[in-house]
Amino acid sequence: MPLRIVVLTKPVPDPAAAAERLGPDGRLDRAASPAVINGNDEYTLEAALKLVEAHGGEVALLAMAPPNAVETLRKGLAMGAHRGVLVTDPALAGSDYGATIAALVAALQGLEYDLVLAGFDSSDGVGGVIGAAVATKLGLPYLSSAAKVEPDPDAGTVRVRRISATGFDVLEAPMPALIVGTQLLGEPRYPSLKGIMAARQKEVATKSISDLGLDAGAVGAGAARTKVTGTEKPPARGATQVVRGSAEEGAKAIVDLLASRRLI
Amino acid sequence: MAAGAVWVVAEVAADGSLAKSSTEVATLARTLGEAAGGGSAGIVVAGDPAGAAAELAKYVGRVVAVAEPAAAGNAWAQVAAQRAAAILASESPATVLTGAGPDGRDVAGTTAALLDRPVLVNATAATWTEGGPSVEMSVFGGKLVTTSAFTDGEWGIVTVRPNVVTAEPAASAGAVENLAPEGDLSLPLVKVVDQVQEAAAALPIEEARLIVAGGRGVGGDEGFALVREIAEELGAAVGATRAAVDSGWIPYAQQIGQTGKIVKPQLYLALGISGAIQHKVGMQTAGTIIGVNRDPDAPIAEFADLLVVGDLFEVGKALLAELRARG
Repeated sequence: MPLRIVVLTKPVPDPAAAAERLGPDGRLDRAASPAVINGNDEYTLEAALKLVEAHGGEVALLAMAPPNAVETLRKGLAMGAHRGVLVTDPALAGSDYGATIAALVAALQGLEYDLVLAGFDSSDGVGGVIGAAVATKLGLPYLSSAAKVEPDPDAGTVRVRRISATGFDVLEAPMPALIVGTQLLGEPRYPSLKGIMAARQKEVATKSISDLGLDAGAVGAGAARTKVTGTEKPPARGATQVVRGSAEEGAKAIVDLLASRRLI
Repeated sequence: MAAGAVWVVAEVAADGSLAKSSTEVATLARTLGEAAGGGSAGIVVAGDPAGAAAELAKYVGRVVAVAEPAAAGNAWAQVAAQRAAAILASESPATVLTGAGPDGRDVAGTTAALLDRPVLVNATAATWTEGGPSVEMSVFGGKLVTTSAFTDGEWGIVTVRPNVVTAEPAASAGAVENLAPEGDLSLPLVKVVDQVQEAAAALPIEEARLIVAGGRGVGGDEGFALVREIAEELGAAVGATRAAVDSGWIPYAQQIGQTGKIVKPQLYLALGISGAIQHKVGMQTAGTIIGVNRDPDAPIAEFADLLVVGDLFEVGKALLAELRARG
């Protein structure tokens, strides 16, 4: 039995480029920050690709982002995802969590799937609440903090190793289900040259909010129920003392600092 | 406006006690509740909530304890969130707080969806301002601090990052009310079919006052033994970068950074760690940061208080000797 898997994929400002800044409206200036697929979403994508390699089936990427995110999604397609769905609409700009959840839920209602996979959180906002909220709205079984995902397509169930404080719990639920994954799912693959070529031909369907049956007044900045009231740079750390010399001198400098700050 | 209480939905540890992060969140709920004027309250949902509820009552004015059989033997967060949502729906809270760890965020996402409430995430601080919480968040890997609020007249859910509030019991304990669970659970239950304990649980790094961490530069198991020795001498927890975890030198539970844990110890001693952004986001708010690195131009040179340039084995061994000499 082949598996149909949807991977929630968030384009985020590239943390390595360190070019993030907010515009005067308190929103991310997307033109200033090159976008990449959120790092945690690459782990769940890798897990999805391995599962369809083992069971057969299809991996679809689902994102909500500005129109140029098609190019960001190409990397996921080059890794091996079969197609993409991009929810994009000028009316979505400035959406809060509630509107984002509503848009993802509406898009998922138009897709067929056995599993929806989401990353542990996103590198920009570090929220990690979207997966639980989407599962709740769709009435799907929700399995989080997954280190391993083992579907049994014939039985129609899925088992997940959920990381616990002391080891892991094994969870089981019927499919379809929504799973939030972690880094322990495994190192994401690099796209091959062949994959990169193939990705150019793969379909990324775009959906506007009217395609999804959502009301423009219910999403975007106007409908947001949270607002940014201020931004500032975090306080700078003091100057760095650099010690070069013998190992003993280095060790003494460490012990002196620890003692002066009463850490030993 | 007659303000309701600031509520906390508490998390329960495996042994039935109150999670440490919930003592912090509850302390913040009490501070905000006093400023808002409606006081503070908490919810504990567990198979046997008595122990955690008594503990939570030390921090907030009122605790509602729900003995929910389904909370044991099933994934906890969504069960707890459904019972919490039913209570919150009839209480008109001033705002609701949860932890921002794995269980807290699951509770927050589920409760927000059930009650259709807005969410602010990963708070590093919060004050009560103009009738609602003013929430500080660290975004883009700590490069910016934003302040956010709910729009007028809304109450919402705020997840609070571990280690940003110092837990402090109230002068007098609050009252505990026991509430029987009412009605069916509408969301599908997710069964726990097995619980596996892994090798000796290390000191949780999120709770450590001192951390000694190793990165790629440590080079292997032998190098990590030295990291552990130094940690032991200092009474510190052992942390690591993703590279060290990927190499199998240390379990994922000890990983600090973007895809690991975010920590805020008083001391972060980084051995063989370059300080790349993915690691920096997990430890940059530590009180004192000391690096030992062969490369004087490694990124950690930009945010450490002290950088010792040198071979980490030589410096590490000399450090161990120096610490032992002090007794």
